[in-house]
Amino acid sequence: MTTLNELLTLSLEDHTEEIIAEYIWIGGSGSDLRSKARTLPKPVTDPKLLPKWNYDGSSTGQAPGADSEVILYPQAIFRDPFRRGNNILVICDAYTPAGVPIPTNKRAAAAEIFSKKEVSEEVPWYGLEQEYTLLQKDVKWPLGWPVGGYPGPQGPYYCGTGADKAWGRDVVNAHYKACLYAGIQISGINGEVMPGQWEFQVGPATGIAAADQLWAARYILERITEIAGVVLSLDPKPIEGDWNGAGCHTNYSTKSMREEGGYEVIKKAIEKLGLRHKEHIASYGEGNERRLTGKHETADMNTFSWGVANRGASVRVGRDTEKEGKGYFEDRRPSSNMDPYVVCGMIAYTTLLWKPEEAK
Amino acid sequence: MGAGYPAEQRRVSSSCLESRQYLKAEPVVAVARPADELYLKTRPALLSTHSRIDAASVSSSSTKMAAASISVSKAAVTAQLAPSSHVSKASSLKTLPLSAGQASGFGVSGFFSNKNELRSTVSAVKSFTPRQGGVFKIVALAQKAEYIWMDGQEGQKGIRFNEMRSKTKVLQRPIRAGSLDFPQWSFDGSSTGQAEGKFSDCILNPVFTCPDPIRGENHVLVLCEVLNPDSTPHETNTRRKIQDILSPDVLAEETLFGFEQEYTMFNKACKVYGWPEGGFPHPQGPFYCGVGLEAVYGRPLVEAHMDACIKAGLKISGINAEVMPGQWEFQIGPAGPLEVGDHVMLARWLLHRLGEDFGITCTFEPKPMEGDWNGAGAHTNYSTKTMREEGGIKAIHAAIEKLSKKHAEHISQYGLGNERRLTGKHETANINTFKSGVADRGASIRIPLGVSLEGKGYLEDRRPAANVDPYVVSRMLIQTTLKN
Repeated sequence: MTTLNELLTLSLEDHTEEIIAEYIWIGGSGSDLRSKARTLPKPVTDPKLLPKWNYDGSSTGQAPGADSEVILYPQAIFRDPFRRGNNILVICDAYTPAGVPIPTNKRAAAAEIFSKKEVSEEVPWYGLEQEYTLLQKDVKWPLGWPVGGYPGPQGPYYCGTGADKAWGRDVVNAHYKACLYAGIQISGINGEVMPGQWEFQVGPATGIAAADQLWAARYILERITEIAGVVLSLDPKPIEGDWNGAGCHTNYSTKSMREEGGYEVIKKAIEKLGLRHKEHIASYGEGNERRLTGKHETADMNTFSWGVANRGASVRVGRDTEKEGKGYFEDRRPSSNMDPYVVCGMIAYTTLLWKPEEAK
Repeated sequence: MGAGYPAEQRRVSSSCLESRQYLKAEPVVAVARPADELYLKTRPALLSTHSRIDAASVSSSSTKMAAASISVSKAAVTAQLAPSSHVSKASSLKTLPLSAGQASGFGVSGFFSNKNELRSTVSAVKSFTPRQGGVFKIVALAQKAEYIWMDGQEGQKGIRFNEMRSKTKVLQRPIRAGSLDFPQWSFDGSSTGQAEGKFSDCILNPVFTCPDPIRGENHVLVLCEVLNPDSTPHETNTRRKIQDILSPDVLAEETLFGFEQEYTMFNKACKVYGWPEGGFPHPQGPFYCGVGLEAVYGRPLVEAHMDACIKAGLKISGINAEVMPGQWEFQIGPAGPLEVGDHVMLARWLLHRLGEDFGITCTFEPKPMEGDWNGAGAHTNYSTKTMREEGGIKAIHAAIEKLSKKHAEHISQYGLGNERRLTGKHETANINTFKSGVADRGASIRIPLGVSLEGKGYLEDRRPAANVDPYVVSRMLIQTTLKN
């Protein structure tokens, strides 16, 4: 008798040229991922060659029922680690039938920023450190935590091993390999300070590609937690009290910062970020105020500060960068549920396009 | 269980149950737990129409033992026919749904799997067939005297074991509770670490007696001091040492003590009672004097213990839930130097004894949980006649001054493991520091605010650990403040 597993692992490419394309987009909350699949006649590697599609926006809070079609524009292709073969995942953004980006489509504005000459010639690189928490399915309490109670205080869990310290490693490792398979530039993983919390890093990738890849990685992660029977939480402060929050520190550099004398460029860029702290913070993720308290390796939400190797600052510069006089810096303010299109676009805008004199 | 009890669970005094058994011709059938053998536990004094917890012990006793335990005192036998309502209800008595109990007896949380079952009567009946037409052998009137003593090793046997020992003497001619006419007895000191095997008959000398609140009727608790086989006071006999210093001038000062006994509840798995399995509860804050399912762990035992102390006539002056969940406190006093020790020891015995039925071990370990969790102390309030009179604050300050000079000596006797508790955090003063202050809970000696305002009253020595010997505390406070 055929098992489900045999059907799931059927190899299509031996028998047909058809492939399955999973179209993925961001839903009405700005952080929920949606997807549906379609058959394409032949393998495709260039997103520009993929057909546009549409979905029912009234079921995702993105369109009224009377005029519910939202158009999907394919933007990035990744290999599908779940279906494998020639099947693909497609990151899309959403437009009205008239071709206008819908309000929750933050990619369009970011794409515009990255297409500007001043930005594209500086080749901005992003390294995104995505922290996340795994929760038990029905009680929504962190994985490994006793229900109705708490584990021992933080200390032993950061990069820890052992059944009493590391909870959920299989999900993390499966995700790592799946992302590498998919073609995402995932650069590492580690266990975080709060037990049940983990981190993976995407990058360094150029411009908007970093954001596309982070969304694809989030999608793959949520599909894997679905299989594992746990819940993915991108909440910036899942547990109140003496427990770390979850962020998405964004490492950033431009061509000038990576060349000789780049440290001065870095300092100027950080200065500009400091002048626009309020605007950035407002767009760096929902609920971030619960996380940015000044404790638990964060800087207070209302204060902009920076320092070398300072994890209590808004922006941290690595010791290597300071020593070599060039490199990159880390914006530690974004929360785990931030939208990378928004954050990456804003950092590029503020450091490369924004002129403080014009603002005054 | 939960809010409201099933109608079948009657809060019936067990003496009524006993009488019912004698009156019924048919066997009484166990309903809910055919696999276990439960026998009726007689605890009439603890029960009233507003029932207290009455726990059944699970045991694999034989019919004979069960029948023997149903041997009743005269009062029960001659109990008049219970009101018919009792009889009919009793006959429909069910055992409690102790399915959570199974092999371990009462489950992880000890008594019920829901730790906050409010009050429940466990009336368990065992199935048996009546002998020869239902005539039972009746034990003649006899008094049970529980002889209680200490083996002097509090804190030396690990976190779970206490220093209390006891055995029961059946007296054919009852003696009034309160009198000291109870005969001396002896025990095998080599089995309690108090004597060598070759000369092991230690003597139990009654020093204080009171009614037995658990067995009720006219049964008694007999607190004893331990003497060597040659009748000299045993080296663990700290009570006798107080008598040496009670000279007329000390007696004239009418010293009074209030002993605040804190303790921590542990379950059978040696984890703090009520704590979530494999983890910790919410950080401290909401538990001190808390109310509510989420804030209170173990109230039924605390209530039963308080009732038992009251019924025994002990000078228990209050209870409260402590800062750490699963930790509680009861206070004994105000009482004289010997009295406070006697009452504290019996209260401790009752706490351990009732814990057996609730599946809870109470420990006086001063720091049962490392980390950001409070320890357990035995703050001792102390006053002399002079301190209580007008201008007594001067005597209080003078006493504190004397205590400050003997800090190390007191600390050395104030309980094993106290150094883990007196850290300077969690409302303690550092063990190496002597500090006093008004309303200062970070001090070694605290002067209550009211005392400071009125200029007279008492002082609170916050240094003793929960496992301190109360006779030692009272003796040392008198010695340092009145005899130097």
